[in-house]
Amino acid sequence: MSLLDLTIKELQEKLSSKEITVTELTQACFDRIEETDDQVNAFLTLNKEAALEEAKQLDEEGIDADQFLLFGMPIGIKDNIMTKDLKTTCASEFLSNFEDPLYDATVITKLKNANAINIGKLNMDEFAMGSSTENSAYQKTTNPWNKDYVPGGSSGGSAAAVAAGQVPFALGSDTGGSVRQPASYCGVVGMKPTYGRVSRFGLVAFASSLDQVGPLTRTVEDNARILEVISGVDEMDPTSANIDVPNYREALTGDIKGLKVAVPKEYLQEGVDEEVANKINQAIDTLKELGAEVDEVSLPHSKYAIATYYMLASSEASANLARFDGIRYGKRAENADNLIDMFKQSRSEGFGDEVKRRIMLGTFALSSGYYDAYYKKAQQVRRLITEDFEKVFENYDVIVGPTSPTTAFKIGEQIDDPLTMYANDILTIPVNLAGVPAISIPCGFHPENDMPIGLQIIGKHFDESNVYRVAHAYEQQTEHHKQKPAIGGVNE
Amino acid sequence: MSKKISTEDVKHVAHLARLAITDEEAEKYSEQLSSIINFSEQLSEVDTSNVKPMTHVLDMKNVFREDEPKDWITKEEALKNAPDQADGQFRVPSILE
Repeated sequence: MSLLDLTIKELQEKLSSKEITVTELTQACFDRIEETDDQVNAFLTLNKEAALEEAKQLDEEGIDADQFLLFGMPIGIKDNIMTKDLKTTCASEFLSNFEDPLYDATVITKLKNANAINIGKLNMDEFAMGSSTENSAYQKTTNPWNKDYVPGGSSGGSAAAVAAGQVPFALGSDTGGSVRQPASYCGVVGMKPTYGRVSRFGLVAFASSLDQVGPLTRTVEDNARILEVISGVDEMDPTSANIDVPNYREALTGDIKGLKVAVPKEYLQEGVDEEVANKINQAIDTLKELGAEVDEVSLPHSKYAIATYYMLASSEASANLARFDGIRYGKRAENADNLIDMFKQSRSEGFGDEVKRRIMLGTFALSSGYYDAYYKKAQQVRRLITEDFEKVFENYDVIVGPTSPTTAFKIGEQIDDPLTMYANDILTIPVNLAGVPAISIPCGFHPENDMPIGLQIIGKHFDESNVYRVAHAYEQQTEHHKQKPAIGGVNE
Repeated sequence: MSKKISTEDVKHVAHLARLAITDEEAEKYSEQLSSIINFSEQLSEVDTSNVKPMTHVLDMKNVFREDEPKDWITKEEALKNAPDQADGQFRVPSILE
């Protein structure tokens, strides 16, 4: 058994008893990356020298692993999260020369304070825009279960690295499903916390009213532990919520007797693959066997979520990405005659196709004469989608359904058709619009392509505890999370 | 399917967004953006006459902090990632003709 097969708790026990050192654990990650990353292509930048140096220091200081939730734990970071002095590109050509970020994102500071070790930066769709990680300017990440398939996106590098056992945990970001959908496609656990739960300071902004950082892990307990570390109010992010962070691990009792579970009929309807629906129904049966009370409910405005999301997210993106002007950092086009030309050429050379498309869509939706019809209308429908959730949560503790209507698709299959690609997110987007927390956990494999299927569990605002409670109870009852993929299967 | 966004519209929007695009790209984006906008027309069937636009998830008011100067980054650091600089300033192409 490899070290990289163990949970945080098990690893920390081995560290405490001096059975292993932080250096050995850190080195094991780099060894596995070396073995597997020519096939997976998950990492954009490795932090090898600094990571091994930190590991050595931790070994020398010998801090008690019990005192720090993530003592000596290796972690991979999505490349849209700022890391001081470590190249941060957002998988964009525009930031290909951004070698020296000046500060750490708050989540990075919190990980450092918990004595976690940053292994490196992970591939993604450029500026987190995409559902397959094919929009990276640098490389195509493959799905460790079958390298002909996409890992999902936009946090595809994070999900693939965890699935392939390169790192036990990673951070991603989720604007419309970008943690949960790749977690589902790669058979790992991915959490999108409540909007405001985790500071966005240092997360390169895509759509500020939707973005959240979230952990990807192999088990629910590891996930809860990481969220505990990165959560909390932050002076640097005024939209972070001043609400106490509970000990999420205390919710992992395995007891969900009497818990009220809602299943939206819209989440198992048209467009959802029959075998995916079967596996979700089996998972629901498991929850019933565990004593949960399950009812069918309706979220009637779900079908408008994609249109609402693309108007709002693109509008916010068009404003947020205006900062990439080629003056203070990033790429600047050569030979521009004047300032406006310099902006235009730098941005056109630096941004990929999908990013340009969304900036233009957003600029259009916000432009004079169209604002009311598109942007404001979408904001109104967003409220209706949110109220759908509020009504259900008056009577239920959690909502469950699939994370994605399908399993992973093949590389190249959808890249030329934006609307088909957008439809992948139909079950994850409503969660971001409402700002509620949701997790994706493995719940089986598709009988035709053997690719993983994800169960989505959605909770009330700031009730991550119940989301973890249900996810953990289900996980303990099943074996799906113990399966290993073709590439980097840590039991090989 | 009617084209909601002509190639001229695309070029105008691209200018507003400070993007340089070729005629060929304008044609492609005209088709793609039109189909996305057509798809989004479904929102018009939702009755939102008494619905307040939602700008934020949480019911938050202004968040204040003390206005105290703090050390953040130095001038040298600020310039460290700049593509072009001179005399401790960011350098840009001429703005005035």
